Amino acid sequence: MRGNLAKTLELANTEVFRRAAASKSYTDLVGQKLFRALLTMQGLGAFALITLGVILNKMGVAANVIHPRIRQEISRAGVAMLPMFLFVALALGFLVVGQTVSVLAKVGATDYLGTTMVVVIVRELGPLLTAMLVLARVGTAHVIELGTARALGEVEALEALGIDPVHYLIVPRVIGMSLGIFSLTIYLILGALGSGYIFAFLQDVPLTPGDYLKQIAGSLTWLDFALLALKTVMFGFFIAIVTCYHGLAQPLRLEDVSRVAVRAVTQGIIVCVLVDAVFIVLYLLT
Amino acid sequence: MSETTFNPAVIEMRGASIGAMRDASLVVVEDVHWTVQPGEFWVVAGQQYSGKTDLLMHAAGLMTPGCGTCRVFGCESGALGEAQLADRLRVGFVFAGGKLFTRLTLAENVALPLRYQKDLTPEEAGRAVEVLLELLEITSFANFLPANVAANWRQRAALARALVLRPELLLLDNPLGGLGVRHRHWLMQFLEQLAAGHDFFSGRPMTIAVTTDDLRAWENPRRRFAVLEDRAFSVLGSWNDVKASGGRVVKELLAEPAG
Repeated sequence: MRGNLAKTLELANTEVFRRAAASKSYTDLVGQKLFRALLTMQGLGAFALITLGVILNKMGVAANVIHPRIRQEISRAGVAMLPMFLFVALALGFLVVGQTVSVLAKVGATDYLGTTMVVVIVRELGPLLTAMLVLARVGTAHVIELGTARALGEVEALEALGIDPVHYLIVPRVIGMSLGIFSLTIYLILGALGSGYIFAFLQDVPLTPGDYLKQIAGSLTWLDFALLALKTVMFGFFIAIVTCYHGLAQPLRLEDVSRVAVRAVTQGIIVCVLVDAVFIVLYLLT
Repeated sequence: MSETTFNPAVIEMRGASIGAMRDASLVVVEDVHWTVQPGEFWVVAGQQYSGKTDLLMHAAGLMTPGCGTCRVFGCESGALGEAQLADRLRVGFVFAGGKLFTRLTLAENVALPLRYQKDLTPEEAGRAVEVLLELLEITSFANFLPANVAANWRQRAALARALVLRPELLLLDNPLGGLGVRHRHWLMQFLEQLAAGHDFFSGRPMTIAVTTDDLRAWENPRRRFAVLEDRAFSVLGSWNDVKASGGRVVKELLAEPAG
């Protein structure tokens, strides 16, 4: 309970995280930054493991309190963002799919259409764009909410009431964001592929809907579905971990919250790109 | 692991060093020897930043002393983890200013510990919460967010939240801070009823410890007093001992405010 947060705090509350003296040289500065980055990674790793442990150990604990909070988070990181994603799917369809179909038709390479769509939209742009948008809209809200709660002493209040802050505050956000990003990615991919064809159709590209769907379906393998699910869930998990870690795991004052929010978003983007790189390697290996 | 003993003391500190909440390595009070027996009403006085809150956090088992021991209901405070949840829930804690959850209404704040610990739906917890809200005269504010009610009512909601699990030990951090005269009077009477044994708690006398920076308000011959001065914790004894004390801080805490 209290130990969960304390363990992460121990990692975060080191000399390096306190205001360090001004660096004497450029190499000192680089070394300091590097060391700080390593400690952040260590803290994030510990926080992720602790959160995973709480998810597994407290699956059925206080279900009447936690389950509604999970539904609320799914709604926030998923359902509430559907209108925005409809717009993004239309834009993506026009910008990428419509133009790609048109260009491939002009050079007589429509046979490669399915493969191009699967690589660009299903494997890469769909999941990454979804993760970035959810990070920007919901991830920042996580840091600000949790940072404010921490600064106002709500975390200590939870501990005093015998409520595990990780279970009450973090677990719903992690599960909600993982499922939210997974669902939104599916909507975005379907929307982008559908609107893309409509734009291509409006440009008189000689491609029937049947052929278009057949090509895309032919280029998809079972591995695409499995890795897409895994990748989106991992994006959600890591974005939630990074944002919650920065909001909760360090003692904050109210004036620190905005600075920490910017740091969390930057690190969230870096983590997403790293996760994406791992999956690119996986795709290349299979 | 916990070391449950048959010591009847509710709180027992022996040579405990009290670390600050923001930085546990910073010792704010040293070598605390303090024993709270069941049914006692303690008032710990001290000036601002003297370590009152930190002392109370240690007494609640929310922090572990740097050295020495701190036992709550006979259980080492550092060992109050998941397995000792039942012991932890015997302690109710009211923070200075309440520290209510800003996104929950007053009723939801009060219901949260009950719902979480007993896995209840809002409807199942509703009756117990209603009774407590009536008892603390905040029913009309039940559906308000903390930001929309005055500090006086927030403090009462925080007290209700601490009492909803029917604790045996109640710790209040500067409970009179920022309260109006009427609310101070009400709170003093209510705490006196709790200490004597309130009907809501089946007449069981509650052990209470409060911190304060104004000793005058707590004058009562049945209460026990202690003071924090220059990083030291000193037990003064009864109210007569407080008046007889020649300590600088005690004199300041007994002084009438200027103007």
